[in-house]
Amino acid sequence: MTFHTRTLLTIVTESALENDLVELFHRHRLRGWTIVEARGKGEHGEKRGSFDANGNIQIELIAETAAAEQLATTIAERFGAHYALVQWLAEVRVLRAEKF
Amino acid sequence: MSFDPVVLFFLLGLAAGVAKSDLKLPAALYDTLSVFLLLCIGIKGGLELAKQPVLTLLPQALLVLAMGAAIPLLVYPLLRWRLTQADAASIAAHYGSVSVVTYAVGVAYLSRIGEAFESQTTLFLVLLEMPALIVGVILARRGSRSGHGHGWGKLLHEVLLGKSMVLLLGGLAIGALAGPDGIKPLDRLYVDLFKPTLTLFLLEVGLVVAGKIGILRREGLFLLVAGIGLPLALSWLGIGVGLMLGMSAGGLTLMALLAASASYIAAPAAMRMAVPEADPALSLGAALGITFPFNLLVGIPLYHQFALAVA
Repeated sequence: MTFHTRTLLTIVTESALENDLVELFHRHRLRGWTIVEARGKGEHGEKRGSFDANGNIQIELIAETAAAEQLATTIAERFGAHYALVQWLAEVRVLRAEKF
Repeated sequence: MSFDPVVLFFLLGLAAGVAKSDLKLPAALYDTLSVFLLLCIGIKGGLELAKQPVLTLLPQALLVLAMGAAIPLLVYPLLRWRLTQADAASIAAHYGSVSVVTYAVGVAYLSRIGEAFESQTTLFLVLLEMPALIVGVILARRGSRSGHGHGWGKLLHEVLLGKSMVLLLGGLAIGALAGPDGIKPLDRLYVDLFKPTLTLFLLEVGLVVAGKIGILRREGLFLLVAGIGLPLALSWLGIGVGLMLGMSAGGLTLMALLAASASYIAAPAAMRMAVPEADPALSLGAALGITFPFNLLVGIPLYHQFALAVA
C-alpha cells in the first residue's frame, strides 16, 4: 500500500467552542474529525479535570494542506482574541488518501 | 449547637482541595448527581405546585421575573466603577441569575429546623435563571458593534434548553402531573435520597471552590467586597419581593437566598459564549469562590434571621 502526505491540524481550545467549531467543519466540508476532552496548562490557566463549567477539548483532523491552513487561519481570526486557543499543523502520512 | 452535615461535607471538600489532596469525584458521577438533584428539586416543587391555582401564580411569576432583570441593572453601575464594561456586565448577570445548589442547601436548612416555606419558590428558581443573563448580554453589548460572541438565537437556545432548565421544568411538570399518589412509589429515590445526594455533590463543589481561591491573590479585596456585599444587599431585595407576595418567614428566607445567590453553572457558560471578552476567572472567582461559600456558611442562617425580623 502507498502512503500519502496530508496535514494534521490539532486544536486545543475551550469546550464552549465545540459546537461552533463543528459547524465550521461542516461548512468547510471536512470529511471527519476527532474530539477528546483535555486537561493541561496554558496562558488561560490550568485545567485539572475536576468539574468545570468550561473544560478544554482537543480536536484532531486531517486534510489537504491548503484546506487545513485555511481552516486554522479562520479559527484563529474568529476565536483567537478572547478564547483559550492553540493550533498546530504537522505533516502526516496516511493510507487511503481518499478519506481526507 | 450541632453543625449541618450538608455544610460539613462542603467544608471537607474545601479543606481537601486547599490541602491539595488527590481526592476527586469522577466527572461522570458529578454529572449524574447534578441530573438527579435538579430532578428532585423540580419534582418536589411540582408536587406542591399542583395544589395551587395557576392563575394566582401568574402575577407573582411576573414580579419575580422583573426582580431577575432588575438585579443586573442595579449591580452593573456599582461594578462598572472598577471593571471594564464586559466584566461588569458578566458579573452582574452571574448575580442576577441563581445558584440551584445554594437553593437546595437553603431548602435542606429550612427542613432541618422545621420551618415551612412556599412551594412556588421552586418555580421562581426556574424563572430567575434566565432574565439576568439576557440583561447582562445587553449591558455588555451596549454601544459596541464589535461582533464578538454569538447571536441571540444560539444564546437563547443555550439558556432555555440548557440541562438545568430542562430538568427543573421537566421535574416540575412531572411532579405536577403525576401528583403525590403517582410519585409515591418513587419517594425513596426522589424525596428521601435528596439530602444524602446533596452531601456528595457538595463534597465535589468544595473541591472546585478550593481551585478558584487562587484568583483572590490577584483581585482579592475587590472580589471579597463584591462577593460578600452584593449578596447581603440583594438578600433584602428578595425579602422585599417576598413581602409583596405575602410570604412566610421560610419563603422570605428562600427569596432572600434566590436574590443573593450567584449562578456558577448556567451563567458562566452563557457569558463565555455571549461576552467572550469578559474574564471568566473574575466572575467565577466572585460567584463560586466567595459568594457561594458565604451564602452556605453565613448567608442562609443570616437571611433566616432577617426574615424572622420582618415576617
